[in-house]
Amino acid sequence: MDKIKTIILKEWAEVFKNRFVLFTVAFLPLIMTAIPIAILVTLRGEAGLESVSSEMPAQFTAFCPADLSGGECFQVYLVSQFMIMFMIVPLAIPATISSYSIVGEKTTHSLEPLLATPITTAELLVGKSLAAAIPAVLATWLGFAVFAAGAWILIPNKALFAAILDLRWLLAIFLVGPLMAIMAVNLSVMVSSRVNDPRVAEQISMVVILPVLVAFFGQLAGLFLINRQLILATGGVLIVLDMIMVYLAVRLFQRETILTRWK
Amino acid sequence: MIKTEGLTKKFGPITAVEDLTLEIPAGEVFGFLGPNGAGKTTTVRLLTSLIGPTSGTARVNGYAIGTDDTNIRRSVGVLTETPGMYDNLSAERNLQIYASLYEVKDPQGQVEKYLRMLGLWERRSDPAGTFSKGMKQKLAIARALLHEPHTVFLDEPTSALDPESAHLVRDFILEIKKEGRTIFLCTHNLDEADRLCDRIGVFKTHLLVVDTPTRLRAQVFGRKVVFHLQKADEALAAQVRALKYVKEARPIDNKILVTLDDPETHNPEIIRLLVGSGADVQFVGELRHSLEDVYLQLVKNT
Repeated sequence: MDKIKTIILKEWAEVFKNRFVLFTVAFLPLIMTAIPIAILVTLRGEAGLESVSSEMPAQFTAFCPADLSGGECFQVYLVSQFMIMFMIVPLAIPATISSYSIVGEKTTHSLEPLLATPITTAELLVGKSLAAAIPAVLATWLGFAVFAAGAWILIPNKALFAAILDLRWLLAIFLVGPLMAIMAVNLSVMVSSRVNDPRVAEQISMVVILPVLVAFFGQLAGLFLINRQLILATGGVLIVLDMIMVYLAVRLFQRETILTRWK
Repeated sequence: MIKTEGLTKKFGPITAVEDLTLEIPAGEVFGFLGPNGAGKTTTVRLLTSLIGPTSGTARVNGYAIGTDDTNIRRSVGVLTETPGMYDNLSAERNLQIYASLYEVKDPQGQVEKYLRMLGLWERRSDPAGTFSKGMKQKLAIARALLHEPHTVFLDEPTSALDPESAHLVRDFILEIKKEGRTIFLCTHNLDEADRLCDRIGVFKTHLLVVDTPTRLRAQVFGRKVVFHLQKADEALAAQVRALKYVKEARPIDNKILVTLDDPETHNPEIIRLLVGSGADVQFVGELRHSLEDVYLQLVKNT
């Protein structure tokens, strides 16, 4: 456990000195939190919302609680769209951190001395994965908490507040978010085995945000509705995917493979 | 202590290390010489349990590679060929991290000890990235020794260092030799190997030869003794050549160059013969081939 802690603290001390990583970790949650708050501020007291609420997909209208007006439903709809985008945070941050922490070790030749210590491969992988996943999950939760606090202040109608921050988003943030972070870390580990430039590793790893974009545009186009069942199903799929990816990443992250094939 | 038997490592169709059988007793400085791509780094990685063998066995400090890997890594120190540091972190922080990973009992004490020994204490708070190559190499050596390993693997410890830094590192190797550690030294610097090593192994995928530097010279070139005389000629050389243990004797200017196996035993008799023949012996010395000559000869013959 001490060695895992040492690796985590080492990773943070090293990686957060990189301005680009620091920018991603700080800026992304900030912007993703600011957008839905800005929407709430803009729509507060907006009289014309009733007339545009008919533009919402029919599935969403049916889904909207009965005690909300059409205009309030439209607010829920708009904020929901950007809450999907918020799920980029637990994907992008670990992809950035682990790309720099693993490929960075390769480029600076510090990986071999590290592997020569009595640390086990599992300890090293867990340490590096947690170092990438923890800031992502914390940033996601912190951003969500800031949004929730902002929404509480900005929305006088607590029925609307409850509709905006319903169980769907709590499940997404507290269940799907960490699972997404684990997937992003493991993908980065796998990508890192094939490339020598942290920026290339990061760019390839960023492919994990594609499903979020699909969800964003899919709901926007009315192709499907992100409801509680879909989020739970996504969580279930992610658990299976994570297990497969952890298995593959551990298989790949072996001392001999790293030293002799990670060129 | 290191003992290998038939140690072999193949990467697909390529054999990097073939049938390496070697025994290095505790406290010995063993020089591992070979051209680039000979398999020296692969051997170090095998012996430090970083990679596994294709066949054969090895024990390092009593632990078997493949089964006691963590214990091997705990009991050895490694200076890799390109020893990267965490450039954004201070020298002290770099060593603290490794002290923790090596489970050092008194981490801060050990960090201070080696930073002071290697003259880096005053720069301990500076990021390692600001260090010169020589300072980084010293920091990497400190990292390899923090946990007081029984066996130390040094892969090209003075490569690309300026003469002063290289001298400091060599002196430091001699210091740790005095502490009784086993040192496995991979080097291209043959003068360095000659000065530091008790025995030398010349390696090119497989071990070509292992012996002390002196015996290697004798093995490859024979031992040659130069007798400086007031006046040397063919007649005197012929008398020397007639001795049964002399392999060759020839006059060169005012010297007679004699090839023989055991000069310590036979030189007095040769001197007596020369003096008895009326020659004035001014000086006697052994003609030493450089280790580079020996190495080049060995590698050329493979």
